[in-house]
Amino acid sequence: MAGSSIPVPGGLGATGVTDAEAEGTWLEVLHSWVVTADHKKLGIMYVLYALFFLAVGGIEALIIRIQLFFPDNHFVSAETFNRMFTMHGTTMIFFVAMPLVFGFGNYLVPLMLGARDMAFPRLNAFSFWMSAFGGLLLYYSFIGGVGLQGAGSAPDVGWWAYSPLTARAFSRGHSTDYWALSLIVSGFGSIGVAINFIATAFCMRCKGMTLFRMPLLPWLYVVMSGLVILAVSPLTAAQVMLTIDRYLGGHFFDTQAGGSALIWAHFFWIFGHPEVYVLVMPAFAIMNEVIPVFSRKAIFGYPAMVAASVAIGFVSLGVWAHHMFTIGMTSIGNAFFVLSTMLVGIPTGIKIFNWIATMWGGKIRYTTAMLFCVGFLLQFLIAGLTGIILSVEPFNLQLHNSYFVIAHFHYVIVGGILFAIFGGIYYWFPKVTGRMLDERLGKWNFWLFVIGFHVCFDVMHVPGVLGMPRSIYTYEADRGWTTLNQIVSVGAAIQGIAIAILVYNIIHSCLKGAVAGPDPWDAWTLEWTTSSPPPPYNFAIEPVVRSRRPLWDLKHPNDPDEPVEEGMSYSGRMPPS
Amino acid sequence: MSTIPMIRDVHGHVIDPEWKLPSRGRVGMFALIVAESAIFVIFVVAYVYNIGRSTYGPQPRQVLELPILNTIFLLSSSFTIVMAERALVKRAMATFKAWWGLTIVLGVIFLLGTAQEWNKLITVDHLTISTNLFGTTFYSLVGLHASHVIVGLIMLTTVLIFALTGALKPEHTEKVEVLAMYWHFVDWVWVVVFTVVYVIGR
Amino acid sequence: MLQAVLLLAACVARHAFALDSNTSIFSPAATPAKASYDLSLFVLTITGGIFVTVGSLIVYAAVRFRRRPDDDGSEPPQIFGSNQIELSWTIIPVLIVVVMFLATARMIFAIQDAPEPPSALDVTVIGHQFWWEFRYPAQHITTANELHIPVSDTSTSRPTFMKLTSADVIHSFWVPRLSGKIDLLPNRINEMWIDPHTPGLYVGQCAQFCGVQHAKMLLRVYVDTPAQFAAWVKQEQQPGAQDPAVAAGRHDFETQACMNCHTIAGTPARGQFGPDLTHLASRKTIASGAADNTTENLERWIDNPDLIKTGSLMPAMHLTTDQVHDITAYLNTLQ
Repeated sequence: MAGSSIPVPGGLGATGVTDAEAEGTWLEVLHSWVVTADHKKLGIMYVLYALFFLAVGGIEALIIRIQLFFPDNHFVSAETFNRMFTMHGTTMIFFVAMPLVFGFGNYLVPLMLGARDMAFPRLNAFSFWMSAFGGLLLYYSFIGGVGLQGAGSAPDVGWWAYSPLTARAFSRGHSTDYWALSLIVSGFGSIGVAINFIATAFCMRCKGMTLFRMPLLPWLYVVMSGLVILAVSPLTAAQVMLTIDRYLGGHFFDTQAGGSALIWAHFFWIFGHPEVYVLVMPAFAIMNEVIPVFSRKAIFGYPAMVAASVAIGFVSLGVWAHHMFTIGMTSIGNAFFVLSTMLVGIPTGIKIFNWIATMWGGKIRYTTAMLFCVGFLLQFLIAGLTGIILSVEPFNLQLHNSYFVIAHFHYVIVGGILFAIFGGIYYWFPKVTGRMLDERLGKWNFWLFVIGFHVCFDVMHVPGVLGMPRSIYTYEADRGWTTLNQIVSVGAAIQGIAIAILVYNIIHSCLKGAVAGPDPWDAWTLEWTTSSPPPPYNFAIEPVVRSRRPLWDLKHPNDPDEPVEEGMSYSGRMPPS
Repeated sequence: MSTIPMIRDVHGHVIDPEWKLPSRGRVGMFALIVAESAIFVIFVVAYVYNIGRSTYGPQPRQVLELPILNTIFLLSSSFTIVMAERALVKRAMATFKAWWGLTIVLGVIFLLGTAQEWNKLITVDHLTISTNLFGTTFYSLVGLHASHVIVGLIMLTTVLIFALTGALKPEHTEKVEVLAMYWHFVDWVWVVVFTVVYVIGR
Repeated sequence: MLQAVLLLAACVARHAFALDSNTSIFSPAATPAKASYDLSLFVLTITGGIFVTVGSLIVYAAVRFRRRPDDDGSEPPQIFGSNQIELSWTIIPVLIVVVMFLATARMIFAIQDAPEPPSALDVTVIGHQFWWEFRYPAQHITTANELHIPVSDTSTSRPTFMKLTSADVIHSFWVPRLSGKIDLLPNRINEMWIDPHTPGLYVGQCAQFCGVQHAKMLLRVYVDTPAQFAAWVKQEQQPGAQDPAVAAGRHDFETQACMNCHTIAGTPARGQFGPDLTHLASRKTIASGAADNTTENLERWIDNPDLIKTGSLMPAMHLTTDQVHDITAYLNTLQ
């Protein structure tokens, strides 16, 4: 491997590459960020944008939790509460989770492929600004919904926005219009970025990187992007129909004219379920990169990981109606969606087992990033199992739309996806900024978040079991939900503190963190071969790879990964000692 | 998919041959077509689901006529654009411009046909998008397709202008081919729309 | 383990907090709820077993393979995979899925495709923003918010078969101790049945967000003994009471637009938008469970519904205090 043209770690840093655009007045700097088509800057903007909306959506969640602290509480009105949970859901899915995963992909996919940018850099910038304007449009509804005299309006139809509640007859004013338009606009952004990921992964890989030498992160972003183009497009189509109904007097969802309330639910969940996998694929992707490095072992069963991801992608397109068991489908239809939903558990199980096997026999370094990964494993296991419980239709009829479901999907999205993303932030922050995040603050962040998470969401299952439905602004004192709701609210507050620590850590470490160097974690993929932060063109010399772990080969010339080719047996191999 | 053949040196190590990857334009356009197809599928499902559910107002059987000529015009534009592409590969620019121009003309005729149909539906049959469920689903689906034809025509015309001014260079051949992929998609979606709206739905 | 914890927590919540919740899905009192409860125990056992097994593996791997302080800095052996092991952890989940699916499918068909026995009681449920309308077609009864059904025990089997639809947006009927939920959609009729075994009051509420006052769209189901139920039916079939002492209130009711929305059988009031008030005084609550049916609450409600239930579709009619008083007196006679 001596002839490899991979830059030696630190080699680029020594050439003194700095970010030339950091010079100039603040206006010039701002201009350079606004007009940029650089995947790294766009990636950073996606993540910052998402963190901003995480704070906004988090405040909405805290308002919800304060209101539910007591039965018959009057902290906010019924209307405000309904707006809060609608905005919380819409914000967290479309303007926090989606931009977060797009941001990670934008930053990392070209670097891991050894490419100098995405396949379509200008489309990439366009997509980001579409997503960004979608968020602004949604929040403009506070002003524009019924005009300023309404002293704040926002959509109040639930983030699933079942028709005919969204029809003009039941949702007056313009708040629902802003909701639909904002999702159409940000939907175009999502589709654009997904097309870009696919084209980048297939067309921009560096020399020697066959598809089966591609790191798992870009692989999972390909699967995610496939799901985006197949799932977000139907949502966009449905939003266009809703807009036609509201503005042109159409009748798609007008039950008075023979239209159907049912078909919106189908369209929404045809988007809504794959959307979960759109978000969870990048979380898997982060696991696939972080766990091996801190376990000091190659990922266990790479082909199985790829196959399982693709399988999850396909099966997830056929499970949407498990959100609709109560809506009155035939028994055959219900049974079909029970089966397809349970089937998703199999490839998901394979992934969890493969991660355990990757840790097995390793020497695990418990950095904050790795702690978040272990947290992910346990919590995602529970989230998956409550998902299986929910797929059991007769039991689902009880649990559906109860707080059990709320607890379940927050387990997936917070306990799974957000934990993975926080792990990813701790892992790649040194690459992005050139400075380490503070590990002591990181441990505080992790443990507080774990405690807050479990106090909040473990307990939240119980009121659901005790019959508490979702979306209610208040509840009866005699139902026995009060104490439980108070515990949940306390847990929510603890999580808020943990996220505040993360934000402080990011700001503090940006300014004063230890200098990271190009490869602080002793990692193996191509992004660690360039300086931290990478120069605008990423790599001084275009890399050439001969295996999945080019840096491992370089660091272990006596024990390189064998060139792994398609179809080749990969069974257990011990290194020559 | 990767096109790298495995060539090994004497030690069994793989030697990198010329590293060739698929064109990003084609892959990107393919992905866009998949996304667009998903949008069309939803509109088609909404149309099919609502066939016969209109409780009042004009019904398809009473007002729709088979747009056979229009269909022939649009589908033959798929043929003419292939001829144009071939001419471009052979650098026969005059032939290219002729075929390409003919493609645009066929597309425009199709749009005019649709406009005429809509004019008749609105003024004679009094069917608008808000009249009934049929009107809503019909104008949405056919309009969605027509808007794709319009976008396609704008892009085709841009290429024609470049060709007429001599700005179209050999290195642009692939971009023209990628655009042609989109046009083929627009044509074949019409087959689906035609079948659903004018055959099944009537 | 989570599931065990959940069950335990449910019990703790009921006892330690001295709250015997009447809405727990783990204390079923009718057949569909009982069936799904039994199935849930089966599923909770399996998933609990998976959680213990896989969770222990994760914790074991995380603890056992941590880097020790005396580590020599060498890399551990690199293992890339194993076909045998991976095959085994594919096949075992497949078998588990097959078992769970078969158990679930059997239950789905047993509940959903159960034929309606001739002895069954038919009820039509219509959801409104934000209240429930109940019609008994065979008995010619219409009532609101408080559903009365007969108990169905081994001696007299009389399940209740319901057809459910909505007058406006989607609602969902959920009384946890009796049955799972079913949605009420406009322009569509859904069906469900309940076979309650123990008389008593069971509460629930709308489980699909339906607008401003979704939270106050509460449900009360009285499971009556056969004798009680027969008496209730007999009473409900009577027209509205006509007490000359409250003629002023009745006059106001019929001249102040109340009758545009409400029906009182035997009087000119035939409105359909609001609940049937023919036997309002026999109901325990008003405003779909938002308040107890007391004279004071009723007066507040008639004076300004927003004070009790903001966003309710009943308008404040700007009545004088005397008119409110008279109308309340009239309504209180409608036993």
